Amino acid sequence: MKTTLRRAIVPGAAALALAASLAACGDSNTNTAGDTAASDGSSTLSGKLAGGGSSAQGTAQQAWMAAFQQSNSGVSITYDPVGSGTGRTSFESGAYAFAGSDAFIANPSDEYTAAKKTCGADPIEVPSYISPIAVVFNLKGVDSLKLDAKTIANIFNGTIKKWNDPQIASQNDGVSLPDTAIHTVHRSDDSGTTQNFTEYLSKAGEGAWKDEASQTWPSTDGLSGNGTSGVITSIKGGDGTIGYADASQAGGLGVVSIKVGSSYNAPSPDGAASVVANSQLDASATDSQLIYDVNRTDTADGAYPLLLVSYLLACPTYADASTAAMVKGYLSYIVSQEGQQAGASAAGSAPLSSDTSDKAAAILDKIAGQ
Amino acid sequence: MSTGSSLTPPPAVSARRGRLALGDRIFAASARGAGLLILLVLAGVFVFLLIQGAPGLSVDPKEYGQGFDSFWAYAGPLLFGTIFISLLALVVAVPFALAVALFISHYAPRRLATPVAYVIDLLAAVPSVVFGLWGGRALSQALKPVINWLGEYLNWIPLFKGPASPNGQTALTAGLVLGVMILPIITAISREVFAQTPRLNEEAAIGLGATRWEVLRLAVFPYAKSGVIAGIMLGLGRALGETMAVTMVYSSSPKYMLNIIGDTSPQTIAANIANNYAEASADKQHVLIAAGLVLFAFTFVVNFIARWAIGRGERKLAR
Repeated sequence: MKTTLRRAIVPGAAALALAASLAACGDSNTNTAGDTAASDGSSTLSGKLAGGGSSAQGTAQQAWMAAFQQSNSGVSITYDPVGSGTGRTSFESGAYAFAGSDAFIANPSDEYTAAKKTCGADPIEVPSYISPIAVVFNLKGVDSLKLDAKTIANIFNGTIKKWNDPQIASQNDGVSLPDTAIHTVHRSDDSGTTQNFTEYLSKAGEGAWKDEASQTWPSTDGLSGNGTSGVITSIKGGDGTIGYADASQAGGLGVVSIKVGSSYNAPSPDGAASVVANSQLDASATDSQLIYDVNRTDTADGAYPLLLVSYLLACPTYADASTAAMVKGYLSYIVSQEGQQAGASAAGSAPLSSDTSDKAAAILDKIAGQ
Repeated sequence: MSTGSSLTPPPAVSARRGRLALGDRIFAASARGAGLLILLVLAGVFVFLLIQGAPGLSVDPKEYGQGFDSFWAYAGPLLFGTIFISLLALVVAVPFALAVALFISHYAPRRLATPVAYVIDLLAAVPSVVFGLWGGRALSQALKPVINWLGEYLNWIPLFKGPASPNGQTALTAGLVLGVMILPIITAISREVFAQTPRLNEEAAIGLGATRWEVLRLAVFPYAKSGVIAGIMLGLGRALGETMAVTMVYSSSPKYMLNIIGDTSPQTIAANIANNYAEASADKQHVLIAAGLVLFAFTFVVNFIARWAIGRGERKLAR
């Protein structure tokens, strides 16, 4: 009995000891790294900061956290890409000090009231992440197509069923289109990408798209995939498929250039950023909100109005002065040109225009401890 | 050691009995505690689903999305999809599982039976997310020709109405994957009950001149029936609740349909929750939890029916 017990315990104890020593190694490593950064004398911030939400921002948040913690060694930030809805709920309940969300909190709404109550004042919302959405397809022998919003809407609502439909052919002289059936692919999960794509279709589609913008795909027909990667897998898996996804994930697939004014533009970060910069603020915006009613019918040169704007949510005041300082520091870094470039190189997003970036910084500057 | 004795036991024995009684009490208490705790956990889950799900029954119809205007219009197709996909998995798994179990218990030489049984048990240890990846990426591509063939030549059967999906991520694929996933559980239980058939019954059948198949039919099946049903029901329970694999394997929407090779197929409740929970607004989260309550209640009902069926089988056998 004793021997079996010992046999059972010894390896466990050994594993624990090993784990502890490894953890110790890890600690000492971070400490050294931190010490060097601190010796630069760059920061006095310290503490833990928890946030989360939009998974679209996930990759960029990784880059931002790494860079920010490099120059502020005392700060430990976590960003949990749990999804915008869960992120907002956790922010409204006070579990997250800040959140990322692909949709701003509309005012008035229950969510807005809850956020206002937690913050004690109108919550802050600023854009942090702009990303063009690409319409991507997999069709043998065709690498790129030109389509206007109306044709895209008709493809996704099932009116256009074949790739050689006259509506597609008339915009693509010189492309030999096969008689293949079109299979549309949508997100099976609720998503900000779907919200922005359907908003584009309903506003720019010249009436061809009957449904309102929503983060749930409005129809129950067609192929679907879970998450951006699921959609891409689904498109790559079959011939004649077309779907929509974050432009940074479109590698290896045919990309549609959408009609803007009289030209056809391929997705580009600059085109997306310029559309946001030229858009009106949403009618409900308070002084602490930089929320955009994106101009989906922008016809400016090079504009790409099929895009996603993801926001940061924060409170103007925090009970704890050090939390306030950290939120202010981190979020200000994100919207700064430096932070936006870091996000762009990590996630392929579109950096905010300098004007938008300045406006966001001015709002974040109001954050203070009580 | 008689306890009814009126004589005082020697001190050593009484001390030992005292220790035994203490151990006995501790063991009884912890066993009872564990039994009650599991009931408490189940009740806790139920209460959570009820409290969090109740507001979901009366949210703004816009929250349901996809044109549904009431909770039942929304949950109905999902419940249908859950049952449909699970039955598909059973159709795939049950014949295979019973054949494998019989092979192990009655046909295979012992040298082969042990490793086969071991490998089947191993199948149960594969995480469902791995099955999901395999089904969604590899199996679906491999099934494309089959799906195209079914859509072309057997499209008069409602199940294969088509038009065939271009990428093979269909309910047929999901049914096969799910079938493989529930195979081990049905096989393991069936194998055990087949092996427990009284030797005398089998020998009597052989003595009467029965062939191998007749032995199975006359002696083994009647004896094993309730156990096999229990195994199938456990498999069904696993299939009903399976989330990752079905979410990752096939393209689905909440709708009533029988076509299992088309672009889209009926969605299951578990997949719907997994798909939508992360991005859901607070109200939609309540709706999804209410859908979870429906699934919880349904699996409960299935288990009750299974118990009843097993109980009936046993009474019949006893008669």
